[in-house]
Amino acid sequence: MSERTFFANARLLDPASGLDETGGLLVEGRMIADFGAHLDTAPEDAEVIDCDGFCLSPGLIDMRVHLGEPGAEHKETLTTLSQAAAKGGVTAVVGLPNTDPPIDDAAVVEFLARRGREVHGVKVFAYGAATKAMEGKRLTEVGLLKQAGAVGFTDGLHAVSDAIMMRRVLAYASGFDALVLQHVEEPALTQGAVATEGEIATRLGLPAGPAIAEAMMLERDLRLVELTGARYHATQISTGAAVSELAGAKRRGLDVSADTAPAYFALNETSLMDYRTFARLSPPLRSEQDRREVVQGLISGAIDVIASDHWGQDQETKRLPFAQAEPGAVGTETMLQLALELYHRGEIPLLDLLAKMTINPANLLGLELGALVLGRPADLALFDLDRPCRIDADNLASKSKNTPFDGRPVQGMVMATMVDGRMIYDGRD
Amino acid sequence: MTFLEASSLASPHLLGIENLTPSEINLLLDLSEHYVDMNRSGSKKTDLLRGRTIINVFFESSTRTRTSFELAGKRLGADVINISPEVSAVRKGETLLDTALTLNAMHADLLVVRHPESGAVQLIAEKVSCSVVNGGDGAHEHPTQALLDALAIRRRVGRLHGLVVAISGDIAHSRVARSNMLLLKTMGADVRVIAPPTLIPADIDRYGVEVFHDLAEGVRDADIVMMLRLQQERMRGSFIPSTSEYFHFFGLDRAKLANAKPDALIMHPGPMNRGVEIDSDVADDINRSLIQEQVEMGVAVRMACLDLLTRNLSNNSGDEA
Repeated sequence: MSERTFFANARLLDPASGLDETGGLLVEGRMIADFGAHLDTAPEDAEVIDCDGFCLSPGLIDMRVHLGEPGAEHKETLTTLSQAAAKGGVTAVVGLPNTDPPIDDAAVVEFLARRGREVHGVKVFAYGAATKAMEGKRLTEVGLLKQAGAVGFTDGLHAVSDAIMMRRVLAYASGFDALVLQHVEEPALTQGAVATEGEIATRLGLPAGPAIAEAMMLERDLRLVELTGARYHATQISTGAAVSELAGAKRRGLDVSADTAPAYFALNETSLMDYRTFARLSPPLRSEQDRREVVQGLISGAIDVIASDHWGQDQETKRLPFAQAEPGAVGTETMLQLALELYHRGEIPLLDLLAKMTINPANLLGLELGALVLGRPADLALFDLDRPCRIDADNLASKSKNTPFDGRPVQGMVMATMVDGRMIYDGRD
Repeated sequence: MTFLEASSLASPHLLGIENLTPSEINLLLDLSEHYVDMNRSGSKKTDLLRGRTIINVFFESSTRTRTSFELAGKRLGADVINISPEVSAVRKGETLLDTALTLNAMHADLLVVRHPESGAVQLIAEKVSCSVVNGGDGAHEHPTQALLDALAIRRRVGRLHGLVVAISGDIAHSRVARSNMLLLKTMGADVRVIAPPTLIPADIDRYGVEVFHDLAEGVRDADIVMMLRLQQERMRGSFIPSTSEYFHFFGLDRAKLANAKPDALIMHPGPMNRGVEIDSDVADDINRSLIQEQVEMGVAVRMACLDLLTRNLSNNSGDEA
C-alpha cells in the first residue's frame, strides 16, 4: 500500500479546467488519486493536512531560471535553487543554457537531468542553446538536444542578432517542432547599456539604450516567424511597444508567445536611484508607462507567462559600480507573492494569473505538468492567498540574496510544496 | 525501331527537363533502352556520329558525368574533346561569352556544358549555332541525371506512373532534385522531398511534391528512396549543425529503410558520403541498391541524347548544304 496524503478543506484551483471550489485532494504514492468538492472526509490511513481554506493549485512552473550549476556553484547550486523554488510554490524550473559548459551538447542536458534526480527536489528542465556556445554563428544539434530532453532553444541573454542566422535557427528548429525563445533586444542599440534611455539614466549618468531596442528585435523576429512557420517565444517583455507587437502578431494568427518577470510589472526605472545594483537587470528596468503597459499585456493575454528570471549573483559581482555589476536578481522564491499583487489590486482574476505560471508554460514547453489531473504526479502548491508579510532578503533560501524587492510588503505566502507526492517544503505554522 | 529512328526532339538543345513533353521523355528512355542493349552486347560502337565533333565544356569539376558523356560520344563514333576553362573570379560573364564564341568558331556540332551558375548553359546555347546539352547548371537542372534515374527505375520496376519516390538531401542546392522532381511528376509519380527546413527551398510544394522533415516518416511506403549528396560546406553549422545530427535524422540506414516498402529501391547520384547521408550497409546491398545501375544507365541515356539532338543538326546542315 503506497502512502496516502489527504489535503482537507482546500480551495482547489486548477486554471487548466477552470476549477475553483472547496474540497479535498487525495495523493496516493506519487499520484493525484482523487480531488473535488465530494472529497470531504479523509480516508483512513491517510496523513491529513488540514488546509483551512488555503489555496491548493498545481505547482508553479518557473520557465526561466539561471541554474548556476554547472560552472557558477558559488552563486547557486541545484540544491539551493530547488530549496528557493520550493519555498515559492514552484515545482518545476527550466534553466537557461548559459552554464559553463553551456548547454549546447546533449551530454550537458543529460548531466543536468542526472543532477536533478540526485537533488531530488523540484523538477529541473533545461533549454538547449540556439547556437553553438551561444555565439550566434553556428546551429546546435537541435534534434539530438531535444531527444536528450531540452524543452526549447535559446541563447539566453544573447539575442540571435544576425537575421540570416535567426532565420536558420527558426527554420531548423521548426523541422523538429522545437520552441525557439529569444531575448528580444537589438544588441547594436544596447551595446554597453545598463539602463533605459531617459531622464533617470541621464541624471545618473549611466550608459543607456533606447526602449525601442526591444520592439525592433521582436518585430524582425515576428517577420522571420511568419517566413519560417517556427514556434517562437519572446522572453522578458518589458516595454509597451513590444506588448503591442505581440498583440498584433497574435491577431494575425502567428504561433507566438511571451513571458515577463515580476520586475517588469512590479518595478520601474526609479529603482535604479542610489545606484542599487540589485536593480541592474537585463533587459533594464523601464519607465512607469512601460510597466503599466506590461501589466495591460498580462491582462489582455498578449503576455502568456510569468517567469522569474531567477539569477543569483554574489557580492563579488554586485558590490561594484552600477555599470560594472552583473545583471540579474533572484526571484523564483518571490514570484508568486509579487504576481499576486496583480490579483489583490483587482487587475487579473486568480485563475488567469495562476495559468501564467502553470498550464501556460506547461503547454508551451510540451510538459505534462501544471494541471490537476487524476493519475498525474502530485506536483502541488499550497498557499495562503491573503497573509501579509514582507520580502526579507536575509531570509531567502537561495544561495545569493540579490533581490530588488527587499523589504517590500506583499500579500500571500506559500505554506507547502509537494513534488511527486513528496513534501519538499512545509512552512505551515 | 522505325519510330525511334524517325523521331526527334522539338528543341535543338537539351537544357532541362522543364520543356520536355511526356512523349519526348518516353522517346529518350526508349532509345536509351536500345543503347543499354547495345552497350551490353559485343559491339559497343557504331559510326552513327562519325565526323561529328562534340566538345565537353566543364566549368565545374566532374569525373562521372564528363566520363559518361565522353564515352557516349565515342561509342557513337564522334570526335570528342574535353575542355575545362578556368573560371576566372572576376568578369565571369565576359569570360563565359568569350568562351562560347571561341567554341562556336570551332564549328563543333554539339556542346555538353556544365557550369556552377544557374542559367549559364542557356546563355551559351543562345550564343552558339550548335546543339547544347546541359551537363548541370548551378542549382537549376541536370536533365541527363534525371533521365538516367528514370531509366534505372523503369527498367527495374517496369513503370514510373504511380510510384512513390522519396528524394532526401540538400534539396535547396540540388539541380538533381529539381530535374528529378520535374521528370517524375511529369511521368505521374508521387514525389516527396525530405530535408531539414534549412535545406528546403521556398514554395517547393508548387512542384506538386510533399515535404517531410524526417527521413523515417518521409520514406514510409515509398517504392524508391533517392538519396542526394550533402556537400561538406553545408555542414559547418550554417544549414545543419553537424554530420552526426544529420545522419541521425536524415541518414539512410536499415532502421529508417524498414519504413519503406519491403522491396523499395535505393538510389544515389554519387559521389556518396558514406556515414553522412547513407550507411554503407544499405548502399552496397545489391538487392536494394540501384546505384551501380545508375552509372551504367548514364552512358546509355547520354548516347540517346546525343543521337536525338544530332538528328536535328543533320536536317539543318543537310538543308544548308
